[in-house]
Order: sequence, then C-alpha cells, then structure tokens
Amino acid sequence: MKKITLKVNGKKTKHELDPEEPLLYVLREEFKLSGAKYGCGLHQCGACMVLVDDQAEPTCMNSCEYFEGKDIETIEHLSQNNKLHAVQKAFFEAQAAQCGYCLNGMLISAVALLRNIPQPNRLQIKDALQQVICRCGTHVRFIRAVENAIAQKE
Amino acid sequence: MKDTTTNNQNRRSFLKTSGQLIIGFNLFPFLQFCTNPENQTDLSTYPGIAIRPNAGKDIMDSWIRLDAKGFVTVLTGKQELGQGIRTALLQIAAEELEVPFDICHIINGDTAQTANEGYTAGSNSVEGSGSAIRQAAAEAKYYLIQEAAKLWQVNIDQVEAKNGAILGPENRKISYWELLNGEFIEGKITGEAPIKNPKNHVIVGKSIPRADISKMIKGEPHFIHDLRLEGMLHARVVHPPSYNAKLEALDESKISQLPGVVKLIVDGSFVAIVAKREYQAIKAREKIIEIAKWESTNIEPAMGDLFSNMKNKASNPKEVEASPTINQTIKQAKNQLKSTYRKPYTMHGSTGPGCAVAQWDNQKLTVWSPTQGVYPLQNTLADLFSIEKESIRCIGMPGSGCYGHNSADDVSAEAAMIARHLPNQPVRLQWMRDNEHRWEPYGSAMQLTLEAGLDQNGNITSWKTEIWSDTHSTRPNGNAGHYVSARHLAKPFEFKKGGFSGGSYRNASPLYEITDKALLLYDYEGPLRTSALRGLGAYGNIFALESFIDELASIAKMDPFDFRIQNLKNNRAIEVLKTLKSKTEWENLSERTKSKSGIAFAQYKNSAAYFAVMVTLENEGEKLKIKKMISVIEAGQCINPDGLINQTEGGMIQSASWTILEAVQYNEKEIISKDWNSYPIFRAKDIPDIEVHIINRPEEKPLGAGEAAQGPVAAAIVNALSNHLGKRIYELPLREYFEN
Repeated sequence: MKKITLKVNGKKTKHELDPEEPLLYVLREEFKLSGAKYGCGLHQCGACMVLVDDQAEPTCMNSCEYFEGKDIETIEHLSQNNKLHAVQKAFFEAQAAQCGYCLNGMLISAVALLRNIPQPNRLQIKDALQQVICRCGTHVRFIRAVENAIAQKE
Repeated sequence: MKDTTTNNQNRRSFLKTSGQLIIGFNLFPFLQFCTNPENQTDLSTYPGIAIRPNAGKDIMDSWIRLDAKGFVTVLTGKQELGQGIRTALLQIAAEELEVPFDICHIINGDTAQTANEGYTAGSNSVEGSGSAIRQAAAEAKYYLIQEAAKLWQVNIDQVEAKNGAILGPENRKISYWELLNGEFIEGKITGEAPIKNPKNHVIVGKSIPRADISKMIKGEPHFIHDLRLEGMLHARVVHPPSYNAKLEALDESKISQLPGVVKLIVDGSFVAIVAKREYQAIKAREKIIEIAKWESTNIEPAMGDLFSNMKNKASNPKEVEASPTINQTIKQAKNQLKSTYRKPYTMHGSTGPGCAVAQWDNQKLTVWSPTQGVYPLQNTLADLFSIEKESIRCIGMPGSGCYGHNSADDVSAEAAMIARHLPNQPVRLQWMRDNEHRWEPYGSAMQLTLEAGLDQNGNITSWKTEIWSDTHSTRPNGNAGHYVSARHLAKPFEFKKGGFSGGSYRNASPLYEITDKALLLYDYEGPLRTSALRGLGAYGNIFALESFIDELASIAKMDPFDFRIQNLKNNRAIEVLKTLKSKTEWENLSERTKSKSGIAFAQYKNSAAYFAVMVTLENEGEKLKIKKMISVIEAGQCINPDGLINQTEGGMIQSASWTILEAVQYNEKEIISKDWNSYPIFRAKDIPDIEVHIINRPEEKPLGAGEAAQGPVAAAIVNALSNHLGKRIYELPLREYFEN
C-alpha cells in the first residue's frame, strides 16, 4: 500500500492504495463515481475513459500511480451549476443512446476532441469515436450529436 | 426484505404507510420525466410508492397506481434493455389515462411488485405489455369517471376526464387523487372501458425524449453495475478453459492469503473468489487462472468441418410445413434453382460484461439482475437452490444492451451461488471480458438450402426450405441446468435442451404468394453453446431467403423491386417496398449505382413489423465499404417515432457488423474469440450514412419492431456485393471483401 495523491475533478486528495490498482476501480470505489465503466480491462473498448490533461484516456489498465500529478476529469464534472456541457446537451437532443453503457466513452472522447480540435470534420469525429465500442449501433447519432455541438458553439 | 405475501385485506393500509420505498431502481434518484435535462428540480418530488404485491394481470392495480399524490406509477413486467420501452409504455398510459406525461413514472420487472410477463423478448413488449397497460389505463379512467358521476349524481356522459381530473357540469372539477381519497383502484379489467380513438392522440405518436438518457449523459448511477449496497463485497468467477473441462487441482492456500480475499469458493468445477475490493477480486482471479489445473476434452468438430458435420450429424428432418408434391412441382416448373447458404456462430457481445448483486438473509434471497425476465429467473433460482420461489425476490435493473439471452441470467445465478456462502452480505459479481466473450450462448451457425420453381411470367410456383441449425433458445425457464455454472457444481444440474424451438425456422416460410411450399428442419447439436440472439433464426433465414429471391429475380430477368412486388399479395408489404423504391429514387439511379446496390425485405416473424432496405457499397482502396443504407419500416401504430428510428438504426448497424465482420472462432482447445481484437465489430469508421423512413398506421395495432432489420440488412448487403462482384456470395461473414 502507498499514499497516492490524485487530482480528480479539480480536487486533490490523498488515498492509501495498492499503487498497481488501475484508476478505474479507484474512481468507482474511493470516489463513488459511476460514469467510467468496466468494459474490457484491455484498453480495447473505451467504456472506462476519462479526461487526463484534456485527452481521452482509458483507466482500466494503467495504475492509479501513473495518474499522479495529472489532471483527471470525469463525465460527472462536465456539467457545471446544473448547466450541461455543449456535448452533453447535443447528445440529449439527438437522443444519442440506446442502452447507454458506452455513453461515457463516447462523451469523453467527443469532449477531448473538441478541446483539441475545435472544428473537426466528420472523419476526425469518427477517428475520435473509433476507440469506443458501441454494440447497440448508435454511432450515427453520436456523430450527429458531435456535429451539432460544434454548430452550436459557432 | 419486505414481506411479499400480504393479502388483499391488508392492502389498503399500504397506502398509508409512507416509509417503505421500493428497493431497486429507486436506490438511485428517481427518474424524472421532463424534456429538459437541465431543469429537473420542479419534478423531483415524486416520492415513489410503497411496495404492493401484484394481484394478477386482470387487475387494474397491477398496471396503474395513483398512490403518490399528483403522480401516476405505471408497472410493467418488461425490462428496459435500451430499446426505450419505458418511454413508450408511459406514453401509452398517459394518453389513455388523460394525464400529463411528465407526472408518469414506471417500475419495471420486480417479482415483489410487477405482473409476470415472462421474458422481454421477441419484440413483444409494446404489443403485449403496451396493450395491457392501455387497457388498464382506459379502465382506470372509466372507473374514475363513474366514481365522479356517482359523487355528483350526474350521468356519466356529463363528465369527462382531462389532465388528471374529472370535469363535470357547472364547472365542477375533482382531481383523480382527491376522488380516490387515498384508496387505490382494485377493480378487474373488464374490457368494457372505451379505448381512445387514435385520431385524438396527443402523446402517442410523439417523439418524446427518453428521460433515462438525461441521467446517462451525466454519468449518474443507472446500471446494475452502478449499484452500491452497504458492506457490498466483490466477486469474480473463473470459468473452465473450455466447455467440458474439469478442475483437477487448485492450491487454495495460495489464494486465500492474497490481499483482501474474503472467500474462495470451489464447488466441483465452479470456482469463484470474493474480496473486499473489486481489484483484489480481479487479482485473485488472475492468480487462480495461473495456477489451476484442468482436465479438458477437445471441442469437436473442428471449425473447418462444421458445416459438413452439421449435414452428417443432424437429426432426421421434421416437416414444419409438409407438401407431398413439392419435389414434383419444382421439377415441373419452367425454371428451377437450388442454393445453399451458411452463417457462422455470432455473438451478443454486450459492451458491459454481465453483472448482478445478490444477498441472502435468513434463507431469503434477493437478486438485483439485468435479466430479461424476473419471474423466469425466480423460478429457475428456486430450482437451483431447492427453495420456494416465494423466498426469492428478483429485481430487474438496466444492464448493458443484451440483444437476447446473453450472460444476464448466468451471472445472476452465480451471484446468488456465491452470496449463499456469505449470508447477510450483498455480493456484486461482474464478469470479465473473456467470461463474456467465451461463455455467453451464441447465435447458432446455420446452413440453409433453398429450392424453388418459377413459371414463365416470373411467378414463384414452389418453394422448399431445408434448415440445419442448433437451438435458438436455451433460456433457463425453470431449469437450473441452463445456468452454465450449475453444470459445473460437484452435484451438477443436468442441461436438457428443452426441445428445439421454433426459433430455428423463424421467418423461414416466405411471405411471398407461393402455392406449394415445404419446410424441413434438421436439428443439430453443435459444438458451441447457443441461445436466443436478436431475431433468432430469422437472421439466417432471411439472409438466405432474400438472397435467393434476388437469384430468382435474375433468372426471371426482372428488377428486384418488381419481382418482389409481383410475388406478394400482402398490401402492407407491397406498400413498404414501393415506399423504399421511391425514397431511394430507384428509377433514377444510374446502372453504376445499381450495380453496387442491393435490396431486401421481410415482415419479422411474418407477423410483426415490415421492413425493407437498400444498401449501397463504395470502393475504399482495394476493398469495399457500405456507403449508405436507406430503409422503410412499418410497425402499425407508431408510439414514439424517434424511438422507432433509433432502434431501427441500431439494428441495421448491428446486422451489418454481424454480416461483414463477425464469426466466433475456436480451436480444439478453446474459444479464441475472447475480446474485441479477436472478435472485432463495427466501430465509428465503419458506419455508413443511414436513413430510416416510417410508415405510420395509427389505426392499426402496434407491431414489434426491435428485430425487424436484422435479416433484411444481411441480405441487402449480400445482394449488393453479389451485384458488384458479378457472382453470388453464399457464406457469411464477408470480411475478405471489406476489411482492409
């Protein structure tokens, strides 16, 4: 066990942890967050994605220790003062979900994309969402939602 | 656990007890039904309702409850599986009860509360639960109208229901809740209450957004995976390396001392680990996998011999549709054709592996489960533990999309098996990715031989179907042997296939007008575990049937639309094809585009939704990809157009993925499709443009639509590919033509 300092959603906290424990389980158990989810444990599906220094990163394999000193932001932190993030709003308006298990990965990937490329084209959007598995086949709506979020920002 | 055996006399008092809220969904903040996810505070006052057992499907109270003042609670035995069923059922209830949509809330499958509606399967929820709720709501409204008329001593045609209140002469007005004055509507559903004329519908037929999406976009707890109970422990299972493997040796001392381990369970070849933290359970599981010794038998036949083995080992055929003349009629026709089609084993491949929470208290079991049927789960758990089903409460919760019989029931049973060793403590079990990929029951591989005769005018005169397939349903409906892990116990439960169901020949009989038809089914016990996957046999059958139709059209030298329409008599089917033809501007398409396009059609189960689709391919480097899919769906009365489109788009993409990429791979030792790299599915860059058009028929009853796209999309892709290649393709998947 080791003292690990994590900055999650703007707040730095210290935790006594197995330094090998992947961040995903720490977020779910220590922080009681539900957004990031287990999907494969292999960095293949993106269900566990969070924003790490504004990049979408999986959390199911990399140890919590690896994330020390980084700025971690989860889906729970996207809306502020009851105001949804533009991407969340666009996802709701496009009714971009079926079962919704992949939504965390899709939203986090979309937000990271827009923070890094404010005006992505459709190919860049697809590239960003490529890392996330959606078995319900809701992709057309995810793509449309991201395009609508861009249009609203203009 | 709340006593669920309370009898009728005591039921009235339940309304006065306010403390006991429902366990289950309502452990999470109550669902708020409003169209603006940023402004939910006004409606956050819904207090939930106290648990009251279900008194039978013929009682209004089993479906509609006005216990919470100012709110309507709708109950359904069907589960939300991501298909949007909650919203659709609430629309039906609100419409018929004459209440605002926003005050309606829903409770899905819970053996302590909801009606027994079996499994949420076969695209039956709107047709089944929807019509029950419609009837119950109409009846409840009728009851309230009668009560108000009695109160005011007026005739019932002098009063009307509007916006949650009854209005009477001289501006009299009383709300439903004032009128009930704390009582609930106990009466039977008589069938006498008038049903609202669809012309006056204001809620049904509207694209009301799904409220659960507003929670999911914020990452709020929603899934069974997110359930956290006080003192909850974490479990993992170690399944054998292959189906028949037996545990030979496991050095338990090397496991029990690992950090956080609370219990190692070894019962025959059923191995599970329980730990305080989730990651501790995962680490212990990895150690077990590393050191456990198993005795395995080979999986047979080898993958390459599957289809020849299928033909050799299958049972004698059952005549599903018999015709003594069929061979003769085909022989005498002007033109004949015979073709054989094949599809491999395919996977549900849920994004989130199965998860369930179970707790035993004083011989009573509670299971929170993503199952498609809480009552069948309750029955089967009763068989597994040899206890009365009344001692078991099953509470349905949303899981990751299942698309049929996936891991949901297995994981629920295993959670209960594990929790039994740790009484009074909730145990959460989640499968790992390899558990899910390798142990879910797959959609069966199928082989289909079709033979038909055509007359000189392009009319199909005769049609013979032969199907080779393993079963498409091994749902654990009361038999514990259907749980994989129950077969691995020291005292194992025997797995008996409950006969081969009609799933194998679902949709195999052509809807086309054909005088002489025969349908033969060869049941096959294949090497892999199989059960219901979205559409069951309809996927393989329609892939074959609609491919074959294109082959026949080309023999008849006819346009594929014209050939289909000429051979159909069903007007709704014809209308769907004609609409597709106009939406795709088929008449104006260049020969070049047509040569890269294919169409297909089916009415799901020959009784549910009608669906037709055109697929157009394009070149991408050396290979192909789907450029566009345009479809038309007719599901009778459409409850929620956007919901129908959403589910149809999803079915189209999923089917395209099955058709182009997917086949479960195995070798003699094990299933080697164990993750998303070894079993790839469609991702964002594979997604074509998609258009879905609805034909709404408000005057007709709603038809099940959730599985309508699966078969036709496969055939349309194959038809487009065959047109493009100038040769017919008979076997799925189509990876070699598409994958770069």
